[in-house]
Amino acid sequence: MARTGQTAHAPLQEDMVFHVHGVTKVYQMGEVQVHALRGVDLDLYRGEFTVLLGASGSGKSTLLNILGGLDTPTDGHVVYGERDLTRASEAELTRYRRFHVGFVFQFYNLIPSLTARENVAIVTEIARSPMRPEDALALVDLDQRLHHFPAQLSGGEQQRVAIARAIAKNPDVLLCDEPTGALDSKTGIVVLEALERINRELGTSTAVITHNAGIAKMADRVITLADGRIAEVAVNETRLTPGELSW
Amino acid sequence: MRAIDIKLWRELWRLRMQVVAIAMVIVGGVSIFIMSLSTLDSLFETRASYYREHHFAQVFASLKRAPLSLVKRIEAIPGVDRVETRVVAYVSIDVPGFDDPVSGHLVSLPDNSRGMLNQVYLRNGRLFEAGRDNEALVSVKFAEAHGLEPADRLYATINGRRKALNVVALAMSPEYVYLIAPGSYFPDNARYGVLWMARKPLAAAYDMDGAFNDVVLTLVDGANQQDVIDRLDELLKPYGGIGAYGREDQLSSRFLTEELKQQQTTATVFPVIFFGVAAFLLNVVISRLISLQREQVAALKAFGYSELAIGLHYIKLVLLIVSLGVAAGIFLGIWMGRALSNVYMEFYSMPYMIYLLKPQVVIGAILIAGLVAVLGTLHAVRNAVRLPPAQAMRPEPPAIYRATLIERLGLQRWFSQPTRMILRHIERQPLKSLLTTLGIAMACGIMVVSGFQEGAIDHMIDVQYNMSQREDILVNYTEPTSSRSLYSLRSLQGVERVESFRQVPAKLQFEHRFYRTSVQGIDASGELMRLLDSDLNIIELPPHGVVLTDYLAEILRVKPGDLLQVEVLEGSRPTLQVPVIGTAKQDLGMNAYLQRETLNLLLNEGNAISGALLRVDDRYQRDIYRELKRMPRVAGVVEQRASVDAFYENVAQTILFYTFISTLLGASIAFGVVYNSMRIALSERGRELASMRVLGFERSEVAYILLGEMGLLTLAAIPLGLLFGYGLCAYMAFEFDTDLYRVPLVLGINVYAFAALVVILSSVVSALMIWRNLAHLDMVAVLKTKE
Repeated sequence: MARTGQTAHAPLQEDMVFHVHGVTKVYQMGEVQVHALRGVDLDLYRGEFTVLLGASGSGKSTLLNILGGLDTPTDGHVVYGERDLTRASEAELTRYRRFHVGFVFQFYNLIPSLTARENVAIVTEIARSPMRPEDALALVDLDQRLHHFPAQLSGGEQQRVAIARAIAKNPDVLLCDEPTGALDSKTGIVVLEALERINRELGTSTAVITHNAGIAKMADRVITLADGRIAEVAVNETRLTPGELSW
Repeated sequence: MRAIDIKLWRELWRLRMQVVAIAMVIVGGVSIFIMSLSTLDSLFETRASYYREHHFAQVFASLKRAPLSLVKRIEAIPGVDRVETRVVAYVSIDVPGFDDPVSGHLVSLPDNSRGMLNQVYLRNGRLFEAGRDNEALVSVKFAEAHGLEPADRLYATINGRRKALNVVALAMSPEYVYLIAPGSYFPDNARYGVLWMARKPLAAAYDMDGAFNDVVLTLVDGANQQDVIDRLDELLKPYGGIGAYGREDQLSSRFLTEELKQQQTTATVFPVIFFGVAAFLLNVVISRLISLQREQVAALKAFGYSELAIGLHYIKLVLLIVSLGVAAGIFLGIWMGRALSNVYMEFYSMPYMIYLLKPQVVIGAILIAGLVAVLGTLHAVRNAVRLPPAQAMRPEPPAIYRATLIERLGLQRWFSQPTRMILRHIERQPLKSLLTTLGIAMACGIMVVSGFQEGAIDHMIDVQYNMSQREDILVNYTEPTSSRSLYSLRSLQGVERVESFRQVPAKLQFEHRFYRTSVQGIDASGELMRLLDSDLNIIELPPHGVVLTDYLAEILRVKPGDLLQVEVLEGSRPTLQVPVIGTAKQDLGMNAYLQRETLNLLLNEGNAISGALLRVDDRYQRDIYRELKRMPRVAGVVEQRASVDAFYENVAQTILFYTFISTLLGASIAFGVVYNSMRIALSERGRELASMRVLGFERSEVAYILLGEMGLLTLAAIPLGLLFGYGLCAYMAFEFDTDLYRVPLVLGINVYAFAALVVILSSVVSALMIWRNLAHLDMVAVLKTKE
């Protein structure tokens, strides 16, 4: 990894992607303070497939938002590569999202006015060394539906377009927020197969947040959050394939 | 308060910026509606009141000289109510300290009274004192132009003798609301004025003791005016009458009528546009507002609220916004109406202004605004309540898009994805895009109209005074004089060219159509008075036949080759048959032109002329004026350039006010349309744009999609708007055409540029405001929330 620019922190270990230390997040909701994260320490590693498991309100989304540069913690540090995301400016965060992170949303968030190929192209056009949109869509088995608009695709297909869009820029890390949350289990598994394939073939570090414990078995590591704290970290000795999952 | 009503107030507060933007458009529509119509009503009301209170005459006649005994016979004409005779003279005036030639009319007033008809209004000062023969009332505008006050002194050359006159009062008269010197088309308050004198000294000076040379009368109700005019003409014929005419042909009254007619056109065209735009905006904004509340509507329905109750809820919301706009619009409209009325009062020299706001104008504004709003709301509410609640509570499926026409033509590789988004979004909602474009185009059109008047007047004057009528000084003689008099003019130092003209009042008739104007005999080879065809090429005037102003030919429906009957209203009053040989383009006035020699021949007179046109060396102009003032046969002098300048000064205020108002309103329309459209687009597409921000797009890149679309629509709207503006101007020019002047349809590039600039600036301001909103796109919410 290139080491240029100002370094706020000592560089991470070779195989470490994120180093999260003592992160807290407090939201002011009117007159009430909500503690979403209460001192989280966490490291994520290169090529790792991580599942962040937790009930709603456990703080998992907040953590993912902070990792993705969409939100900043109230206290603590998030170090990505050589930079401390907690000190980054708005413009730096935009560049971070643009060049390093791939996002997959629960509700796909495709742009309805662009076709599948174009939804991927809109990201590859601003990326540094992207793959061809066609290749990205082939990775999620959608090379036959390049010219379909979102309205012409099923939910599972839309989510796979979203995955293709997220990985087409060759991101360092792929962050998925309840990627199967809006899908039935059969379609959900197809989507997870796509994520698993990307992780295996491209070695993209992947973090999936879910409240669905069934998904955890396909991860290298399962981090369980409860009440804004890490409750448990479990390492799966053997990963199941998505096809073997059920919920 | 019921919960649903609390919701109403909260919504109103949450939408406050949009509420203000919508209200602004309504304020624009309502205020201009009220301003235009109330000013118009006020002008009509004030004119009627002024004419009535001051006993403005209904029939006017001038003659050479008739004994007072004739009055009995005039009074005996059936239909005549009251008769007043006067002595009127056209004289040159000398105001100390002012070198330019000044002419004016001297009008007699019955001793120690304001007159029976055409009563004067004294602004300050007093009437004449008995026995004083050197006292005069001075028309207000003239006095103001010279800073004259009671007790000041001026001089008039009365029948060749210079006489000192003491100003005793400033006065106004319904007869001279609009003051224009003979031979001129524009008021020039410094160089032409009206003086009223006691009858006795004036009559004595003109040998009119026991006689009169001017008579005015009023008619009883139901009298046939034309009948009275015909009989009066019969009576006055032996006494050198040059033809009686009604109030509608009286110069001042006619100008005023024409002006009011123009006001009427403006007062109808503009409010229609403004209400059209306001209606469109209301409709768009409210539809969107309600469709964004789709889930709330579904929830309300699920709770058991009826469709009617929900509809009423939104109608209340809309009516609140509308009443805010209407209330502010009414107040602003009244304020602008009063201001504009006062500008007109000054301009038209009326002693007072009755500001009249008819209740039906206010009610009309309220009803139109309310109706438009309710209709727009009903449409949107119907769409919202149509869906069953369960379905409405689910997120909307992705909107259906397709490749646009340009892309299907194979041009897509030229477009980036964001550009494709723009194009597809426009094409997906063609009606909305079209309406937005039309709204902006209307704003642009209004701006074109606001610049039109000034440009048209410039062009009119350029053609009239730089190309056609090119003399520096026009000299009017007191009476027809031998052309030998030109020698004395030519001999003046600094005079470079002298051309003569002969002018007689005449009634032109073709078939049953007739028109009273003057027949002008001009030098065929003249350079100072040239006739132009419609392409502004010079017309050679042949020796036999008459050339008519094109508009006059149109009115008489006479064409080259026809035989025109010319009834001369002067001297021996011959009736002649003259062939029409052509028409000339002229925006000011309506005349008939012949070679001067031909006219002399037809009148059976020698080389008589009515005056001369001079081109002079600027350096000697003052000296020449001084010389001309001394010549007894010179009644008055018109300096066209000065009267044009004076005119500009005069109308500048009106035009400035008008331009200011329409620029303000045009800009507010443009702003209202653009801001609201963008605001709505932002709320419709906020999720999409926030997703893009999450994907790593910069604010500017996201803004491109939103603002690019509006920019494209604005750019499309500008040429459309310029075209629309041109059409509006054409309509107004057509409506403004009168026999006094035609408004040429000339629009300079600067008018278009200004219109486009205002629209672009309004869009930029809206864009800047939206730019700020884009900073607050909620990226976190996007990950979790459905549409």
